[in-house]
Amino acid sequence: MSPLHPAAPVRPPAARLDVENLSLQFGGVKALDGIDLNVAPGSITALIGPNGAGKTSAFNSISGFYKPKTGTVRLDGEDITAVPARDRAKLGLARTFQNIALFRGMTVLDNIKLGRHAHLTAGVFDAFLYWGKAKREEMELRAEVERDVIDFLELDHIRNVPVAILPYGLQKKVELARALAMRPRILMLDEPVAGMNREETEDMARAILDVREEWGVTVLLVEHDMGMVMDISDHVCVLNFGRRIAAGTPEEVRNNPDVIKAYLGSSGDPRRAAEGHAPVGEVA
Amino acid sequence: MRVGTAKESYAADEGLFKTDTQKVWFGLLMAGLLLFPLNGSNYWMFLAVLVMINVISTTGLNILTGYTGQVSLGHAAFMAVGAYTVAFFDGRFDTPVLLNLVLAGAVAAGIGYLVGLPSLRIKGLYLAIATLAASVILGFVFLNWTPVTGGLRGLNVPTATIAGIELATPDRLYWLVMPICVVMVLAAKNLFRTRVGRAFIAIRDRDISAEIIGISLFKYKLMSFAISSFYAGVAGGLWAYLFRVVTPESFPALASIFFLAAVIVGGAGTIVGGIFGAVFMTLIPEFLKLSATALVPWFPDASIYLAPVRNIIFGLLIIGFLIFEPMGLAEMWRRTRRYFALWPFRT
Repeated sequence: MSPLHPAAPVRPPAARLDVENLSLQFGGVKALDGIDLNVAPGSITALIGPNGAGKTSAFNSISGFYKPKTGTVRLDGEDITAVPARDRAKLGLARTFQNIALFRGMTVLDNIKLGRHAHLTAGVFDAFLYWGKAKREEMELRAEVERDVIDFLELDHIRNVPVAILPYGLQKKVELARALAMRPRILMLDEPVAGMNREETEDMARAILDVREEWGVTVLLVEHDMGMVMDISDHVCVLNFGRRIAAGTPEEVRNNPDVIKAYLGSSGDPRRAAEGHAPVGEVA
Repeated sequence: MRVGTAKESYAADEGLFKTDTQKVWFGLLMAGLLLFPLNGSNYWMFLAVLVMINVISTTGLNILTGYTGQVSLGHAAFMAVGAYTVAFFDGRFDTPVLLNLVLAGAVAAGIGYLVGLPSLRIKGLYLAIATLAASVILGFVFLNWTPVTGGLRGLNVPTATIAGIELATPDRLYWLVMPICVVMVLAAKNLFRTRVGRAFIAIRDRDISAEIIGISLFKYKLMSFAISSFYAGVAGGLWAYLFRVVTPESFPALASIFFLAAVIVGGAGTIVGGIFGAVFMTLIPEFLKLSATALVPWFPDASIYLAPVRNIIFGLLIIGFLIFEPMGLAEMWRRTRRYFALWPFRT
């Protein structure tokens, strides 16, 4: 499974995510209107749509941030709709944010270590003494984070740098690293390459493919960069005005008349829109 | 010159002291603390004990405000709780000193936990006002719960006695306060090498992502309040043994601001900052007083005029620090260390 990391522990299997009839309302505004979404284990699934389509709302509902009005969220068949956000971390659901949500005062290493918080158990008295359990746990954590996350994403040179002074592209990568440290079974990325230049985008796309390949996790992402979405996704789901208007392989979605209409008005070709963005050719 | 430090294990890289230089400095500090009583001056011993009590308390507030980001204006009230606890148990039941101090910490932690409850709903200035209100309520309790607190007259505190030795004077009390101070500061340092301390910082920096990562805000905010109050309680207990009397006037609201100022001047969110801040805030007024006295041979009226000027200078120093070094004394210390790490070269 992971030839580069023979010492790595057995990964938890990729999770399956099923969202059924998800609706979310803010006052009179229907942000989501009966969304269905099925994410196959080990796939890269993209959630796309014009601005305001409800992509991030869907994300926030799936990660437990918003309470949906109706509908269920199932992780491997288990209904997690009522599970609070912080407990979903333990179930293997990790996410990143559209606007970077790192802990700015901390170093890269500490940010990544925090990802593992829910899996550690040392209590406050162990912590005061830094002896026994606390020390053992910290050492294991450090070794594992170094091997599986820092080496993997090539962050060695910045591990002791405070995240606040890193460039944008690296901050996004550190956020991915922190999500990986959570040992996710499904990784939710909210606009992982938004605002990145072409080189950074390629780097991130490669990282996402590597994560899927080596960690065997399911990836669900929201993204506006059509070039990247079409290149790396196995499955694409298109939202518009809170409704799902299409779902299928990138090829099917690309030629779906409803999608073309949503993106370009009454007529047009989304391929033209796609070409406007930087493609991530060599990655696919 | 220290060029770089190569480490061969993660344990070394995560160590409390990362370089030999640090270990040497820490050894020198410990030696200094052991040898300090040789100066033989009661005045300096009193100041040393007071400084260390303030270091414990400031470290406690630093954990809550500097690391967890919850501004508290009620810290002195938790010290008062600790002081009253010691006065009550030692005076009434003659319980052993160390037990009293643990009780002082525990009672303060319990009350701190309750005072922390509003922090789950409110943040920033609003929380600061809520903690201030809590300290006013506690002040009211101290004044009116006469059977326990002695009301307006307060409580007298017996001499601290350990193994038959009476710690009546500051030079003897030093040997109780100093080890406790060292242990509690090191414990605080350790705390931030583990998941618990990291969770505190995560809550300060971005509570939304903290929650997504699986950190329970409920648990950790209240834990931070309890730990912070525990430190204040122990410091208050030691304070009671130093001053030997506790009244409702002992810990005015202004004292809370004193500790907040110590955290900010020293450097919020660093352990060493709490130490610097407490030392600075305690000693600078004394230092200014001494300088005023030293001027008397030349200006006979110096003590009259310089008394108010002293406060002005003290205030100006604090303002100066906020403007020129908002990260506090700890940041100046860090820069100095950096400079000498590469000396004689410059970056």
